[in-house]
Amino acid sequence: MTGFVRTIDAPKLSPPKGEVGLIHTLRHRVFNSAIGGVLAIAIAALLFWTAWTIIDWAFFRGVWTAPDRELCNAEGAGACWPFIKARSLQWVYGFYPSAERWRVNLVYLIGAISLAGLMIPAIPFKTWNALFFFLLYPVIAFFLLLGGKFGLTLVETEQWGGLLVTLVLSVTAIVVSAPLGILLALGRRSEMPIVSLLSTIFIETVRGVPLVLVLFMAANMFPLFMPPGVNPDKLLKAVIGTSLFASAYMAEIIRGGLQAIPKGQYEGAQAIGLSYWKSMGLIIMPQALKVVIPSIVNNFISLFKDTSLVTVVGLFDLLGIVQTGFNDPKWASAQTSNTGYFALAVIYWAFCFSMSRYSQFIERKLNTSHKR
Amino acid sequence: MTQQSDDQRNSSAPVRGGVDLLYSPKLRGIVSQLIVLLLLAGGIYWIVTNTQANLVKLNQNFGFDFLNKASGFDLSTSLIQYSSDSTFSRALLAGFYNTALVSILGIIFATIIGFIVGVMRLSKNLVVSSAATIYIEIIRNIPLLLQIFIWYALVLKPLPGTKQAINFFDTVFISNRGIIAPHVIFGEGSWISVTLLISALIGTWVFRRWSRKRQEATGQILPAWWISIPIIIAAPILGLLIAGWPLIWDYPVLSGFNFKGGVTLVPEFIALFLALVIYTATFIAEIVRSGIIAVSHGQSEASHALGLDNGKTLRLVVIPQAMRIIIPPLTSQYLNLTKNSSLAVAVGYPDLMYTAGTVNNQSGKAIEVYSIALVVYLTTSLVTSLLMNWFNARVKLVER
Amino acid sequence: MKFLKSLIIASLFGLSAVAANAATLDDVKTKGFIQCGSNPGLTGFGVPDDQGNWTGFDVDFCRAIAAAVFGDATKVKFSPLNAKERFTALQSGAIDVLSRNSTWTMSRDTTLGLTFAAVTYYDGQGFMVPNKLNVKSAKELNGASVCVQTGTTTELNLADYFKANKMEYKVVAFEKNEEVLKAYQEGRCDVYSTDQSGLYAEVLKFTNPGDHMVLPEIISKEPLGPVVRQGDAQWFNIVKWVHGAMLNAEELGVTSKNVDEMKASTNPEIQRLLSVKVKNPDGTDADNDFGKGLGLGPDWAYNIVKMVGNYGEVFDKNLAQLKIARGKNALWSQGGLQYAAPIR
Repeated sequence: MTGFVRTIDAPKLSPPKGEVGLIHTLRHRVFNSAIGGVLAIAIAALLFWTAWTIIDWAFFRGVWTAPDRELCNAEGAGACWPFIKARSLQWVYGFYPSAERWRVNLVYLIGAISLAGLMIPAIPFKTWNALFFFLLYPVIAFFLLLGGKFGLTLVETEQWGGLLVTLVLSVTAIVVSAPLGILLALGRRSEMPIVSLLSTIFIETVRGVPLVLVLFMAANMFPLFMPPGVNPDKLLKAVIGTSLFASAYMAEIIRGGLQAIPKGQYEGAQAIGLSYWKSMGLIIMPQALKVVIPSIVNNFISLFKDTSLVTVVGLFDLLGIVQTGFNDPKWASAQTSNTGYFALAVIYWAFCFSMSRYSQFIERKLNTSHKR
Repeated sequence: MTQQSDDQRNSSAPVRGGVDLLYSPKLRGIVSQLIVLLLLAGGIYWIVTNTQANLVKLNQNFGFDFLNKASGFDLSTSLIQYSSDSTFSRALLAGFYNTALVSILGIIFATIIGFIVGVMRLSKNLVVSSAATIYIEIIRNIPLLLQIFIWYALVLKPLPGTKQAINFFDTVFISNRGIIAPHVIFGEGSWISVTLLISALIGTWVFRRWSRKRQEATGQILPAWWISIPIIIAAPILGLLIAGWPLIWDYPVLSGFNFKGGVTLVPEFIALFLALVIYTATFIAEIVRSGIIAVSHGQSEASHALGLDNGKTLRLVVIPQAMRIIIPPLTSQYLNLTKNSSLAVAVGYPDLMYTAGTVNNQSGKAIEVYSIALVVYLTTSLVTSLLMNWFNARVKLVER
Repeated sequence: MKFLKSLIIASLFGLSAVAANAATLDDVKTKGFIQCGSNPGLTGFGVPDDQGNWTGFDVDFCRAIAAAVFGDATKVKFSPLNAKERFTALQSGAIDVLSRNSTWTMSRDTTLGLTFAAVTYYDGQGFMVPNKLNVKSAKELNGASVCVQTGTTTELNLADYFKANKMEYKVVAFEKNEEVLKAYQEGRCDVYSTDQSGLYAEVLKFTNPGDHMVLPEIISKEPLGPVVRQGDAQWFNIVKWVHGAMLNAEELGVTSKNVDEMKASTNPEIQRLLSVKVKNPDGTDADNDFGKGLGLGPDWAYNIVKMVGNYGEVFDKNLAQLKIARGKNALWSQGGLQYAAPIR
């Protein structure tokens, strides 16, 4: 019996004209309505104009080689790139003596390798790596950078600067704020009223005041509250200030993670007889921390951006060191500061954008494991 | 530790009571809290004695008397009458008003731009949505302080000097001294206008309540907006007409170096305001976007099925539901904007942080001045949180 | 529990430290360097180069203190401070001495808990205007916008000057000097005002230095000098006498080049300055050590002159590049105001 069952596929037809490709996209996703089309043209024009202005200024009118400010100062000159070239090493190392810069490079390198190991999911030994990065690496970096021991010459923190200070500040603050933030978050959720009240007061106070104020007080007023003669290093004071600040934000992030853990988990931990610290350390925290990793990365991004505020209290971080360059009589021109700020914006953007991409990636990755 | 206690518990019954007491969570809680409290009290005592000793060594004493001294310095812009003869406390007050000005205006505009961009990012139009994405991804990844510096350079550079100021009909002038606009002085009889405005506001509020009730009862919709807005606009004008138009306009006039009269928005304010608004709007846009995405797709489909167009669906169905998700993170953005306004020091806009610094410098009372600043910022944060919590409670889902 | 115990011990230890109340000199000697508050960038007075080496008149003064205390002019660390931060930093103890062209005023001596140790530079506030403004005198500045650095006496003098001359003005004040310069050059204000030495120093950083001129008026007295905390007479004396030694050295013709030969001088004033032991007629040494009274070694002044130089040398080394003449800062014997008490 022959049925009307077709055994051969019908020939494949190409989609109707105007339903694929650029034309389709333009028709349906740009000029789908009159207002939309006009808006699209206006916005596109604005975007192109902005992009063109920047490109024209940076490339076509830009000054590429010059011994000093003469050329950059000419009428109609664009970006003053030789200034960047002359200063770029200082931006990365600050006033770190050139003979000792390999130490900074080594610290950057170890950090990059360890961080890559932590961030790329396929690489094993996560726990060991994390322990190394959060416990051992800061110690190694500290001795390598400061020196004065193991035959390394002492390099005072006054000589640190630029990207080095920015990274030291933000990485230390995030590393210090993790345990402090966990303690504060647990404290705030604690059933002991005094502990919970004190943690809440600390968190809300720190979150309620501007970082500039905290930094000013740390840099200039801290010794007033200490016994005479106690006066930590200026960079250390800034680190303390930013770390306290970061830990309050970290505490709120971790508290959010703790709240996301179902109550059954707490009860389950109690039911099998775990003590408070054991149930936190073995059951709750591992789950909560996993949930909040993207938020922690975001917190790190804002911390990284916020470290630029230490310029206001006279530390030479990346922004600060770029600004001191503007004062150099050799390079002071009408375009110097514009070029400096533009380059800085690109550098900061590259750092923060890649981190935020990573945070989104990890968020997607973690999400799948929680899908039901 | 726990293992040990279990063993003890099982083996030796007589000491059981004592062990129980030692390991009772309640007692341990009280004891550890007492320890924390003691440590804290000790720490505070230690800090206070240190500070006292340090102050005594400097022949300084703690006190707020200095606030009544003449400040001796001028401020570039102030909302209240202020000169170098005013007191330190007035300088701080002027600074606070400047902080409030830039924060409130910043919050309003950042919210508007943030909502627009957030909705734009979800637009089906490819150009519109990608423009929003580019804006967000560029701006929020650059430190605010750097943006303030960049804006200040961008604002100052193209603006002409006072003599070549951009002139709008001799009333508004734009130059590198800022935007100078006529200043209006309300003369006698203006109270009539104010009273009428207030009664118009109350009247329209009552009217709108009534029209909503009527809509619920009868289904008829009154164009409440189109009736109330003209009333609100017309009422104060009517009042002014009755009083014989008592407005005195103080027009800016170029004399010598500068414009005289009028009100000035200084470039420092403009740069700070732009930077704050444009930076914060990116975060608000992301909050709005995630809030809208979180509203179930069925809601907008149902709304379309009911025959509401895109705009109405967004306005009447999606946004009200999204607000519940949006408001808590929006609050923290408002707080961030207020705190970030303290970066005014970078461009010399005399906000609270700036004036506190100057007052401290002239009076030498660091602890007093900065504790005032601390308390003011904290209170502002607290009040903003409370206001937003109240608003949040209003829009919260009412569950059965 | 161990942690708690150590915390308690630490706080108790801290409490006892309050009673100890160490003097600045002892403090400085224990930590091995002097923390000196400096200008973050004023050419000629205190500015770091691109290697982070500080140069300048005020900075050299700190080096001189280090030379006197340690016999090593490099044992000094610099904290760049804004005008607004400087006194708080000194009050709190974040720095040991402030040498950052700060003006000696009565209220700073009496209400800040600080005290000015010496006047190392006599200055006065001046105005700078663009040439194209066609202003010849500060009296023509009615209604002008003036760029200044906030937290300075400049800001206060300005208010006084315009009030006294019944003129109006608009202040545009910034925290950092660079911002003041930038705003002035962008045309944000008509006038730039600071100490006259500062005007000469800053004009070098201008994009077009030739387009600006300094007005003839000097509207204030600005005695600039190092500042220390009150209540530490020994440290105050050290800072004061470092200046004294530098001036006396110049007066006596002792320079960093000839100081070694000068040790053989028979001039009793030089002998006292350099603590040269003199032989009594009976053959024993007579003590000529003036460092002892300061708590310093006998070579204190020798080290200052040898390692840093006398007052005139330091002045010329740092300020000649700005084409600043000695003027009021010449020695009293040459018609200036720099006059130090004798060492005896």
